[in-house]
Amino acid sequence: MALALQTFATVRDANAALKAQGTRYLGGGTLVVRAANEGDVAVSGLVRLTDPALSAIAVAAGKIRIGASVTMAAVARHPELGALAKAARAVGGPAVRNMATVGGNLFAPAPYGDFAVALLALDATITTDDGELPIEAFLSGRDSSRAIVTSVGFTLPKADGFRFLKVSRIKPKGVSVLSIAAVIEQAADGTVSSARIALGCMADRPVRAKAAEEALKGKTLDRNGIAPALAAAAEGTTPITDPIASAWYRAEVLPVHLGRLLLS
Amino acid sequence: MAKVPVQFTLNGSEKAEFIDSGTTLLNALRDKIGDTSPKGGCQQGTCGACSVIVDGELRLSCLTLAETCNGTAITTTSGLAEGGVLHPLQRAFLDTFATQCGFCTPGMIMAAKVLLDHTPNPSRDEVVEALSGNICRCTGYEPIIQAVLTAARANSQNAA
Ligand SMILES: Cc1cc2nc3c(=O)[nH]c(=O)nc-3n(C[C@H](O)[C@H](O)[C@H](O)COP(=O)(O)OP(=O)(O)OC[C@H]3O[C@@H](n4cnc5c(N)ncnc54)[C@H](O)[C@@H]3O)c2cc1C
Ligand code: FES
Ligand code: FES
Repeated sequence: MALALQTFATVRDANAALKAQGTRYLGGGTLVVRAANEGDVAVSGLVRLTDPALSAIAVAAGKIRIGASVTMAAVARHPELGALAKAARAVGGPAVRNMATVGGNLFAPAPYGDFAVALLALDATITTDDGELPIEAFLSGRDSSRAIVTSVGFTLPKADGFRFLKVSRIKPKGVSVLSIAAVIEQAADGTVSSARIALGCMADRPVRAKAAEEALKGKTLDRNGIAPALAAAAEGTTPITDPIASAWYRAEVLPVHLGRLLLS
Repeated sequence: MAKVPVQFTLNGSEKAEFIDSGTTLLNALRDKIGDTSPKGGCQQGTCGACSVIVDGELRLSCLTLAETCNGTAITTTSGLAEGGVLHPLQRAFLDTFATQCGFCTPGMIMAAKVLLDHTPNPSRDEVVEALSGNICRCTGYEPIIQAVLTAARANSQNAA
């Protein structure tokens, strides 16, 4: 079925056009054009934006703002986003990364959304013309969210404060069994002062491992110190089952991989 | 539905066509313009057979809408040979038996070409990474990896 594509220069006009029944926003198209190719008749029209602001990356005093149209390839090669390169490179193969946008990743259903997992650990703020939302609130309401995401913002953690791990069966590229991102802060004595841990594939969208975060506080990052966090890692999760792994398997291996990430 | 104009350069020559809005670049190239070198395998982004180069970047033409390529420069495998002489990558694919049924070959060559354009002397790992979005069901990949490394060596010898 043919899709009608409309192109706009401003976010305002594009948001207005998206009010029409059956229209979807076109980011890199890796999910939405794929759905159309598969015969998804719910999509009859696509809306695209050419506003260059959406393709900009701004870094100032440790604060990062990434436009929603920035691709994974652009994040991966940006000299000041080295900490995030691993998460950006976790998305698909080279051609997918040249197309897949940061904005689109926020909407990608599990097993996709590896970069959104990183953004959740970083406590990013999601910006639309309606204002700003913390990523957690954004993710839980994304199914009914209609406004175009224009950018994401976050503070870059101190050196080595950000950790990311994607587990897949096919190397170097493959869909996630699960992905984990963590921002860990340690006090001078090495004990954990704060932890934010985000999980991919442990629900239909990225979720936080809040029980594990709590269990890490005041502990040292060694085998004994992290044991209670690993035991609590899967608490409150509802992992997906797909051809890559069952929900049971994902819950079983999560502590193993979280342990590797925390001890790395 | 009203047709929309698209215009870009394909392998160095200007192309202008009227297409249905929402037509993928793959379908525009194959059905409208008559360049059948990009192959339609999965139409889902998973096989890489449809890979083309748009403004120097590898793209999946099955997931790219042709209208979004207005004003770009597109390269496909059919544009690589010059004056009847194969491109070093094409030569290497033949010489190292890196092509069997051939369905994946144009996509593999596109992925390899972008790699060599940026990294003339890649390591084996870099070749594997560059081809990681392309599936081959015949060769077992090893001959393809060797072909890309062979073409890289041929290139650097020519340059020396
Ligand atoms: C072969 C293949 C492999 C993949 N591998 C991975 C992987 O390993 N990890 C991973 O995370 N993903 C993967 N993906 C999924 C996908 O490529 C990424 O999630 C990508 O970031 C989606 O972004 P997009 O710009 O292509 O989204 P699009 O397809 O353009 O959009 C997806 C959805 O989000 C909406 N949307 C997009 N941008 C915005 C915006 N700015 N504001 C509001 N709504 C918006 C669209 O309307 C649509 O509903 C893969 C896809 C393919 C085809
Ligand atoms: S046809 Fe485009 S990736 Fe398979
Ligand atoms: S040669 Fe047949 S798929 Fe690669």
